[in-house]
Amino acid sequence: MTSAIVLGILLAATPPAQAPSFALTDLHGQKIELTAYRGHVVLLDFWATWCAPCRSEIPRLIDLQTKYRARGLRVIGISLDDDPAAVRAFDQEFKMNYPVVIGDAALAARYGRILGLPVMFVIDQDGRIRARYDGETDMRAIERAIAPLLKAK
Amino acid sequence: MYTILLALLLATPPPDLPLIQPADLAAVLKSEGPRPLIIQVGFHVLYTQAHIPGSEYIGPGSRPDGIQQLHQRVDPLPRTREIVLYCGCCPWERCPNMHPAFQELQSMGFTNVKLLYIANNFGKDWVDKGYPVATGER
Repeated sequence: MTSAIVLGILLAATPPAQAPSFALTDLHGQKIELTAYRGHVVLLDFWATWCAPCRSEIPRLIDLQTKYRARGLRVIGISLDDDPAAVRAFDQEFKMNYPVVIGDAALAARYGRILGLPVMFVIDQDGRIRARYDGETDMRAIERAIAPLLKAK
Repeated sequence: MYTILLALLLATPPPDLPLIQPADLAAVLKSEGPRPLIIQVGFHVLYTQAHIPGSEYIGPGSRPDGIQQLHQRVDPLPRTREIVLYCGCCPWERCPNMHPAFQELQSMGFTNVKLLYIANNFGKDWVDKGYPVATGER
């Protein structure tokens, strides 16, 4: 944990970039289209089943999804595993309460390259990227980033 | 599940590993001298986005199929062949791929294996440093 990289790049100084759109099918056959999430705050998590920091974060993301769902938070996982079967097994084992899609290099490149895992993006209700976090991240930092974006209690 | 847990337990390498620093490997690549066989034992999407030129993707060292492919790739080689393994998926002490791959090469009798020490991840410790990078499948 001591060497965990936590790079929250808050883009407050410049206009936030629009999050690259995608339309992918999740593990349960549902179409996940980012533009359909307008009006929600999205936590987009690039991860993999064998990535230890990612595995540590998943239960916390599940908790965040539960805690803030009513206020408009939606977590989307993008697995960069080579083996989709491992992702399905992981999804069942951890009882993930948010959709997971399988990503690829093209999608990773559109998000500024994912050259280490995990990487998480905070996307606001208008589909703009508000923050990027490289490496295992303290969820309190995530909560501080999403709190002002979410609907009031 | 047990495979994953075992891989995670093996993820922390002992301190006496034959490490090579990124700057030193970059210097080797720049030189006219003989090149080691460089093998990426991380995940494919990482390799496709950015990898060390001339390095080969072999599959995650944390998975049995990755170890099998590694075994098949190096088995015909003389055991004195210089081999550099690298990953960069995660911070060094949490990488699940490097140590199993190293163990496999050790068990096969390879005597000149080095592990590229990537402290944080491949992006931060190799790409951002300006060391040579290739993209795509080769």
